[in-house]
Parts: sequence; C-alpha cells; structure tokens
Amino acid sequence: MSTINDFVVRFANVNGTGSASANSLFAKSIFRMGVPVSAKNIFPSNIQGLPTWYEVRVSEKGYLGRKNGIDLMVSVNPQSLKKDIASVRPGGYFVYDSTKKLYEEFLREDINFIGIPLMDICNREFSDPRQKQLFKNIVYVGALAKLLDISFDEIEKLLSEQFKGKEKLVIPNVKALNLGGDYIAENFDFPLDFRVERRDLVKDWILIDGNAAAGLGAVYGGASVVSWYPITPSTSLVSSFEKYANKLRKDPETGKNNFSVVQSEDELSAIGMAIGANWNGARAFTATSGPGLSLMNEFLGLAYYSEIPVVLADVQRSGPSTGMPTRTQQSDLLMAAYASHGDTKHVLLIPSTPTECFEMMADAFDLAEQLQTPVLFMTDLDLGMNEHMCPPFKWDDSRKYNRGKVLNAEELEAAQDWGRYKDVDGDGIPYRTLPGTHPTKGAYFTRGSSHDEKAAYSEDSDTYVRIMNRLVKKLETAKTLVPSPAFYQENNTSEIGVIFFGTSRYAAEEALDIMRADGLKIDAMRLKAFPFCQEVEDFIDAHKQVFVVEQNRDAQMRTLLINELEVNPKKLIRVLNFDGTPITADLIIQPISALNLQSI
Amino acid sequence: MSYIKPKFEHPRAPKNTLGYTRKEYEGSLSTLCAGCGHDSISAAIVDACFELSIEPHRVAKLSGIGCSSKTPAYFLNNSHGFNSVHGRMPSVATGANLANRDLVYLGVSGDGDSASIGFGQFAHVIRRNLNMTYIVMNNGCYGLTKGQDSATADHGSVSKAGSVNNFEGIDMCAIAIELGATFVAQSFSGDKNQLIPLIKAALSHSGFSLINVVSPCVTFNNNPGSTKSYDYVREHNEALSSLDFVPVKEEITTEYDEIDVKMVEMHDGTFIKLNKLHQGFDPQDKLSIINALQVARQKDEILTGLLYLDTESIELNDLIGTVNKPLNSLTEKELCPGSEVLEKINAGLR
Repeated sequence: MSTINDFVVRFANVNGTGSASANSLFAKSIFRMGVPVSAKNIFPSNIQGLPTWYEVRVSEKGYLGRKNGIDLMVSVNPQSLKKDIASVRPGGYFVYDSTKKLYEEFLREDINFIGIPLMDICNREFSDPRQKQLFKNIVYVGALAKLLDISFDEIEKLLSEQFKGKEKLVIPNVKALNLGGDYIAENFDFPLDFRVERRDLVKDWILIDGNAAAGLGAVYGGASVVSWYPITPSTSLVSSFEKYANKLRKDPETGKNNFSVVQSEDELSAIGMAIGANWNGARAFTATSGPGLSLMNEFLGLAYYSEIPVVLADVQRSGPSTGMPTRTQQSDLLMAAYASHGDTKHVLLIPSTPTECFEMMADAFDLAEQLQTPVLFMTDLDLGMNEHMCPPFKWDDSRKYNRGKVLNAEELEAAQDWGRYKDVDGDGIPYRTLPGTHPTKGAYFTRGSSHDEKAAYSEDSDTYVRIMNRLVKKLETAKTLVPSPAFYQENNTSEIGVIFFGTSRYAAEEALDIMRADGLKIDAMRLKAFPFCQEVEDFIDAHKQVFVVEQNRDAQMRTLLINELEVNPKKLIRVLNFDGTPITADLIIQPISALNLQSI
Repeated sequence: MSYIKPKFEHPRAPKNTLGYTRKEYEGSLSTLCAGCGHDSISAAIVDACFELSIEPHRVAKLSGIGCSSKTPAYFLNNSHGFNSVHGRMPSVATGANLANRDLVYLGVSGDGDSASIGFGQFAHVIRRNLNMTYIVMNNGCYGLTKGQDSATADHGSVSKAGSVNNFEGIDMCAIAIELGATFVAQSFSGDKNQLIPLIKAALSHSGFSLINVVSPCVTFNNNPGSTKSYDYVREHNEALSSLDFVPVKEEITTEYDEIDVKMVEMHDGTFIKLNKLHQGFDPQDKLSIINALQVARQKDEILTGLLYLDTESIELNDLIGTVNKPLNSLTEKELCPGSEVLEKINAGLR
C-alpha cells in the first residue's frame, strides 16, 4: 500500500554549491500541486564548503512542523555520508551519487539505496565547469520527481518563472531535469511506496519566509527610516524592506526614495538612529538577533524612560554568546521583556506565521507610537529564514496609521499648561511634541535622567516615584492594546492546559490533534504578546496543570508567567526543546502523555 | 532642581531680522562650575544663532553624557533637546536628521563622550557626512567624575594631583580630517571673536562640521603643567587666520583683495572671509592642513581657526537619494502601497 502526501525528504548538501535553489524548487513544485509542504534549512555559519541540510515535510493534513524520521535522504555530501545513512528510518530510501562507490561499512540492510551517477551524467552532458556542478542538483530534482510522482510540468513552469528574461537558461535546466527522470525510469521501479498526489489543499495560501513578510509589513506599516547592523538571522528582514521599498516607495516625480536605510557601524548605533528618527516623528525600526539585542539594552532603557516609540525586530537564534548563530531558538524572551538596567518592561509581539509577521510588524508601529515606548517584534530563525505556507497578506485601504498622542501647532496653541510627561487622560500615556512644530510652545529637553511632568531635570524622590508609577500604568494600558491569545477551544473542557507561542505553534497544533484523537482532553492557548492580558491569567487560573512549550533551556516564558501573574510555579510544567532545530510534535506529546498517565 | 532665569528684558534690546532678541536664544541658568569654559561656548552658540537669525524652534540640539552634554539646557530654550546616552549622540542625531532633513542639527559633546566611549560613533557620523554641527567641548578630562584623564589629554600633561599622562592624546581635528570631515575648525572657549563666526560658518555648511573647542576645566584641569589650562592655551594658541562670517554676497567689496585674505563661498551662498591667513596654508587644501597640524604638534602649538572646508560636500540624505521632503511629513498616501499592490505580491508567492 502506498502512502500519499505524507513523508519527509532530507537533502544533505555542501553549502555554496547552488543546492538551495534546487531544493526549494523541489519543495515549491509540491506546493504547486496543491499539497501542504514545509521546508527547513539546517545550515552552518559559513559561506562555502561545510555540510548543510534541507528538510522537506509533505503533509496531507497540513502539519507544517518538523517531524522525526527521514523517509528519503538525498546525499550529495561525502562529509556527512555516514551520519546521513544512519539517519534514514528503517525501510526508507537513500539517494546518492553513485559515481563513486559507497563504503561497504556504511551500508545498511534495512534501507533501500538508489544510486544515480550524478557527476558522470553532468560531466558527459555539460561542458561548462560551473554547469557541471550546478546541474547535479537539478538532475537529482528530476530523479526525485520521477520517484515521488511530482509533475514535471510544474517544475518546468517554475523554472521558466525563475529564469524569466533569461530564457536561454531554461533549456539546460529542463535537460538536467529530464536526465534525472530518465535515469530513474531506466534503472529503478517508480514511483516509490510513498508519493505525491495532486490536491486542492493549498487554496489561496502563499509561500514566503517570515523575514520577507516582516520587511513587507514594515513598508505597509509606514516605516521610513531603517538602521541596522548585519547579523544572522535578521539580515534578510532589512533586505526585504529595502527590496520592497525600492519598488514601492519611490517618489514618482523625482525617483528619489520615500525612505532611508542606513547600515550602521554597530547595533548601538542602529538602535540609536531608530530612536532618534522616532523622536523626530518618523516611523523607524531596527532588526537584530541576540548579540545585537544585548548591545541595544542601554538605549532601550533610555527609550523606555524618556518615552520614545521604537520598533525592534529580534530574530532569535541559539545563544548564549555567539552560540549557534544559524540555529533557531526562543531564548531572548527574558532579556527582551526586561531589557536595560533599572526597572524596565517592554512590549513584545510574538508572531507564529509569515502572515502574522506581516501584520504584527505593521501593527508594531501603531503600538509603539500609541504607547510611546519600544515594541519588540520577537520572531526566530525558523520563522524568519524558512519559507512557510501561510494565508495571503491582507490590507484594509481605509486604515489610518495610529500616530498616538502628538500635538501639532494648533493643538499646542490651544493646550493649557502642557507638560511632556503629564498623564492627562489617566491611561499613563502623555502627549508628545515633535521638534520644529511651534516657535514658542512645546519645546522640551528629552533626557534619560530623572525628570518631572514638565520634562525638567529633577532628583526629587516623590517626582521620580510618581513618574515610575505612571510608567506602570502605561504598561497596564498596553495589556488592553496588545493582541489577545488564540484559543483552541470555545470553552475550557479539561483540567490540563497547554501554552505555546511563536513557531512552536506548528508542532503544538499537530500534537494537540494527535493527543485529542487519542482521547486526551486538553485545552490550549497560543500567546501573541507581552505584557500578558487578562485572558492569559484566566486560562491559567482555569486549569490545574499547564504545560508551557518553548524553545529554550530555562523555560523563559514560564518564568515570565510566574513573575508577572504570580502563578504557583508547580502548576506550570516545562516542555522544552533547545537543540537548535525546530521543535517536533513528538517532543510535546511525550511529556504531556507521560505525566497524564502518571496522574491517572 | 531646575533653574529659571529672570524674564526681564530691556525694551530696546536689539532684534535680529526675525524680530527676536538675544534673550529668545538663551537657555536655563548653567549649573556648571563658575568659570567653566563650556559656559562661554554656550554663550557663543546663543550669539551665533541670534546673529544668524535662525528660528530657535527649527534647531534640534543633541548631546551625550558629561559636563559638556548638560549644556544644551543652557542655550536655545525654544529648541527641542535630546540628552542621549554616553557617546551615542551621533547615532541619535543621524536618525533625527534622516526623519527631518529640514531642521538645523547642533550636537554638543565632550572629549570623554567623543574620543573614548563614543569614538566609534564620532568616526562614523563623519564618514556619513551627516548635515550637522558637532561641537566638542574639549577639556582633556572627565569633569563630572572628578577629573580623570581623558583620551584627548596630551602626552606629558600634568593632572591636578600631579601625575603625568603617559599616553598619546587624540587630536580630534586631525582624526576628523582623516575620516573625511567636510568642515573642521578648532577654537578656544576664551576667544569669543573667533568662536562665534566659526559656529556661524559651521551652521551654514551643508555636511558635517566639527568645531573642537579647547575649554578648560577650572576645577580639575586648570593647574600648572596641564596643556588644557587657560594659561597654557593662551600661550600656545596659534590662529591660522582671523575670520569673519559674511552672511550675504552683497557685503563683499573689492577691498578684500589683499594677499593674506581669502574669501570662501559656502554651499548656501554665504561667505567666510579669512584674514591674516598663514602663509603656505589653505583651508581648502587637505594636505596643507595635515602638514600644519603635524608641525604644530612638534612645536606644542594649538592651531585654531578654520582648518579645513570642502565646499563640494554632499550630505547624507543626498548621498543615499532620499526625497527632499522630510520623511516625518509623509502620510499613508506616500508610505502605504495599498491592497491592490499587495494582491499582486500575494500572486507572486503562490
């Protein structure tokens, strides 16, 4: 019996050999056949020569998280051969370049070997040395298409889209594709006992990575100043902003930019520029990852205390220190929530899909300006750098940016006894002014030193305490403005709850389905923001035991929940994955099932 | 606590072309030590802005941390000010300028702020040719933490406690010229006649203007043996020229064709008139000033006046092709591409 649309293929490549585009061609062809697919790049911090893997999961049911167990391994990297052969599930397949013979001692009885002389074929068929190398990748895509029953038409269509304007390149690519397919047809049985079958499950969804989506979201959200320092995995977020802005933000008359992007000398400067621009009334952001966020701490404290809006995208990677810079983690949460010395607390937004990256990035600018405080957009490498299938982006053309409480010249003229840090409305949010607005009214001195309601320097204890307490009130207001969590049941039905957030969503949703199908009653909540709104507290209160799923060692979200909501720590149970690869459903199911059995 | 000056104003106080009196350019009462050089520089800033008829609210004044960085509170009360983080004023100024290129940006910093903790930002704001005036109030020591040597303390300079500085001092002007600064001047807080026209010229320059002002710390670095004391600077000050700022072309007459006079036209059509210009030195010739600074160092001289000016300077916003309209004035119309475009983007991702 053959399995349809439910398997995992892993590619083992050498980085810098052009395999990435061939592998994504493979994934996208399945997506084009209407079948849910998710792809993950597992790559080194290196440009050329080290092992890199690309994992594609095909799932009829639409599960997009990582899954253990490799059904088919495509091996074109001798460095990792032994490990790659060992990682195939019993009964699975190992596709390799048979130009050279495999070492006897690596062979396994319980898997199937499919040797294709990739190098021989390319040496014979192509003359250009670069093509000989590159087309090896396309030959194996062709072979896989034959083995897995993927439509050659779809791949050819993708190739002609990819090389639009360079049609000359389509012909040799299609040739390479067919060489692979033909070799399988002549030498092996096909298709395999698992394969792809055309479906209509993808609907109108799109395939994009979170960084690209967030960059686009920043364009739509009205960001006009971007300052940044290169760091994996956030670099492509700014590249995306720049790419879209160059297309969509040109002044029609002059051709000049309705935006500016500055690559700064370090992260200190990157956040400083973003704060300076926001202080002066432009929507500005910076993007970084863990080490950069560490450097930005001092400035975040200034922005918090002097109440300047700023948006910071943190695409998290594995720490501490340089850690594993190209592997995913959710381990900056505590630092982000309380960044900087003194008593500080910041607003965090936590997207889980590229669609949410687009939306939350745009919303972040409204929130930051409404609250006059830093808003940290907390994504991770898995979401930022891997393509995810997700609902299409939407924009309401009647939407106006919420610029918050900014007084213009007329309002300043009318204002009675204006003070920069006066809480006029009782929501903890004062009125601000921008430089250059009014000849005699509204000027004030922004400072990180203690100040009174009129922004004057003050070391008076009462004044200091009053301002610090107002900032607490402002965070209370933030709780009413940040996005509410998502729930996976209309009413709570169980004593057991599970909390997850960000990219753990994919594995957690799959785990929920499996556990619920097994008869386990369990309620679930996906967090989208910090500080926690009332619904978060209510969910925890309504359950006897709550599992908190996260991708870091120290259960940082659990710590935040305990600290902010004064939850009994014994009630919150850690479910952790911090090995640098995205969490799997199995990892979530195991501890929950185990504990559940115990309690019965 | 905050200090408020008396509001009294002489009814016949002179007014500038905007109808403002000098008082409207002043700030709060200084809390620096009596006799601090920085207060003289604040006064010179007030004079320069008043005489140039700059609208005070169109100036943004920014600083880092330290004694010097407190001074923006002591001038231009009708301007927005930003006392940022230690050594990071250049980045805040850069962001502010990117958001609104139409304002006048005046940064004030000290030698600790710019030559140590903020040396990186100092270097990079120069490289980018940000359109701002950057005044370093340079006293060779950390005043606010009680007089430790700073990175601009000269080799061999003696501190108040009697210790000799064994490290090389950083020459802010030389390094700025090396990094591509397009306007570099050096002055002395005690020389108002030189400082005011220099500030005016700097504010008129389109691009990065550095004025390094030696500004003695009366409390911690005004002792015998210090190379940043009032006495030492007066004795070793070597003015490369005396200088007049000429706001409009019409004021130039042919009288100025003397050999030691040079007229330099600024980007905005104003002029700098350099009198008694040193022989062999031309502020538009980079090699001549690099050489002059090296020679002066050997002779223990402090060169003051306009050191270098690039009248072809292109400031940051133009370098990166930003629209002329301030970015902070753009609305949804210019910023948001709308749903139709988004639909096309979606289609391209399927």
